[in-house]
Amino acid sequence: MTQRVFVCRCEDVTVAEIQHAIALGLGSVEEIKRYTGLGTGPCQGKECIVALVRLLLAERAVTPEAVQPFTARPPAEPVTLAELASVAGTPPPEDGP
Amino acid sequence: MKPPVTLGRADEPLPEACDVAIVGGGVMGLSTAYAVAESSKLRVVVLERSYLVSGASGRNGGGVRMQWGDEGNVRVMMESIEICRGLAQELGINLWFRQGGYLFLARSEAGEQRLRRNAELHHRVGAPTRLLGPEEARELVPELDVHDVRLAAFNPKDGVVFPWPFVWGYAGQAIRRGVVVRTHTAVEAAEADGAGLRLRLSTGESLRANLVVNATGAWCHGLNHSLGVRLPNRPHRHEILSTEPLKPFLDPLVVDLASGLYFSQSTRGEIVAGITMPDHGDGGTDVDQSSSLGFLAHLGRTLAAVMPRLGRLKVLRQWAGAYDVSPDGDAIVGPSPGVPALLQLCGFTGHGFMMAPAVGRMLARFIVRGERHPMLERWDPTRFVDGRSRAREDMIIG
Ligand SMILES: Cc1cc2nc3c(=O)[nH]c(=O)nc-3n(C[C@H](O)[C@H](O)[C@H](O)COP(=O)(O)OP(=O)(O)OC[C@H]3O[C@@H](n4cnc5c(N)ncnc54)[C@H](O)[C@@H]3O)c2cc1C
Repeated sequence: MTQRVFVCRCEDVTVAEIQHAIALGLGSVEEIKRYTGLGTGPCQGKECIVALVRLLLAERAVTPEAVQPFTARPPAEPVTLAELASVAGTPPPEDGP
Repeated sequence: MKPPVTLGRADEPLPEACDVAIVGGGVMGLSTAYAVAESSKLRVVVLERSYLVSGASGRNGGGVRMQWGDEGNVRVMMESIEICRGLAQELGINLWFRQGGYLFLARSEAGEQRLRRNAELHHRVGAPTRLLGPEEARELVPELDVHDVRLAAFNPKDGVVFPWPFVWGYAGQAIRRGVVVRTHTAVEAAEADGAGLRLRLSTGESLRANLVVNATGAWCHGLNHSLGVRLPNRPHRHEILSTEPLKPFLDPLVVDLASGLYFSQSTRGEIVAGITMPDHGDGGTDVDQSSSLGFLAHLGRTLAAVMPRLGRLKVLRQWAGAYDVSPDGDAIVGPSPGVPALLQLCGFTGHGFMMAPAVGRMLARFIVRGERHPMLERWDPTRFVDGRSRAREDMIIG
């Protein structure tokens, strides 16, 4: 059944894949993110990180005290490149390669 | 293939002593560990302070190219790309390697001359680079603004990989061949121990090794200083971003020489983009991995000018990583000045990922058989002491 249960719906990461990563010795949220791609899609982990942490705790891969979320990356919400282009005060590059 | 027992652990038992201790679990350290284990019975231990893809190897753009300005670099990358073609099968993992080519755009006379010079060199050594006019460049990438492009260069064998599985793949196969990979354990100091070295670890343990490889990239000074080795490479922060995924529409990785902008579409569909930024470092050895709004704005402006349609694309995340840069732009590989048991594997600037498959083999042949590849002469760490250092490469992007 867990073959078909998705933890990260953006990147299609299943419970079974996470259990496999844990079996390989990867016990932290950062490691699982980089092994499975979990949390790198459009929602940036907002939907899946709690489910992942529950699973890590249930599998005894981490203790509640030791669990850490992965580094939140800016921007907080998706922003278009054109909007970003209008932000003032960018330093010009010193020299092109 | 059956999965390896682990991918490195914080509680992996360490031997008392080993032949080769590799400090740093990035792509350089792990490709070397794999190649040594593949070709010898030497006992190899990899020590990583954090988890395996935590350094630059887990933060880079995955660009892989043979379009360089210097013959030695072109040859190294021809070999690396050849290895990449069979590597997914060799490592038993999907690397998402896609050969969509690299397209360089020149907008100045100097840029045009560089591309012409490169194309001649590439032709001579057998790399299939073609020069293209602006309109031909637009046939490859239809939405490009080419109004002031004078010349473009395209090599269809260049491409992109997804860095994470690459690193895990090397780790898994190294472990399967007997390499001990200990994570969450930093090397805090080192001292001479007979003809070898003894490493002092953050866990209170120590490990003796006949040879130690410094594969700690931007952090390489810690280990070097504790052995009195002074080298002139310095850490550099480089930022990058990725966007929402789109259906495949962009084949090559595009580099705009005038601005230092590069962008590609990963096999997962996102646009991955970076650009040359002024160096905020103070010339010291502190490593900075913070992200900046200035980068987003500058990249947004430049990319929206080079390919206006991409202006509508949403950025999902940005991050930064650090790599070390040497003053002549060449890597620093081999026995250290005054401490021959310490092998450097540093100084790869913004192209260490793509070189790792070939360089890991090259260093393994040196360790196992004493074989000196011609590039090892050039990358010799003692060149800064006796004045043999010379800048040769003018196609460094980053
Ligand atoms: C944003 C960005 C984009 C890039 N784009 C490209 C690209 O497109 N193509 C390309 O080829 N290259 C690219 N690069 C460069 C490339 O990522 C690096 O050259 C390469 O990953 C270096 O690998 P490494 O193994 O030497 O270093 P790292 O991956 O940095 O590994 C060093 C490891 O050493 C560990 N360490 C440090 N100190 C200690 C200690 N005391 N004890 C134990 N462990 C320690 C660190 O935790 C780290 O894991 C890019 C880099 C960045 C930052």
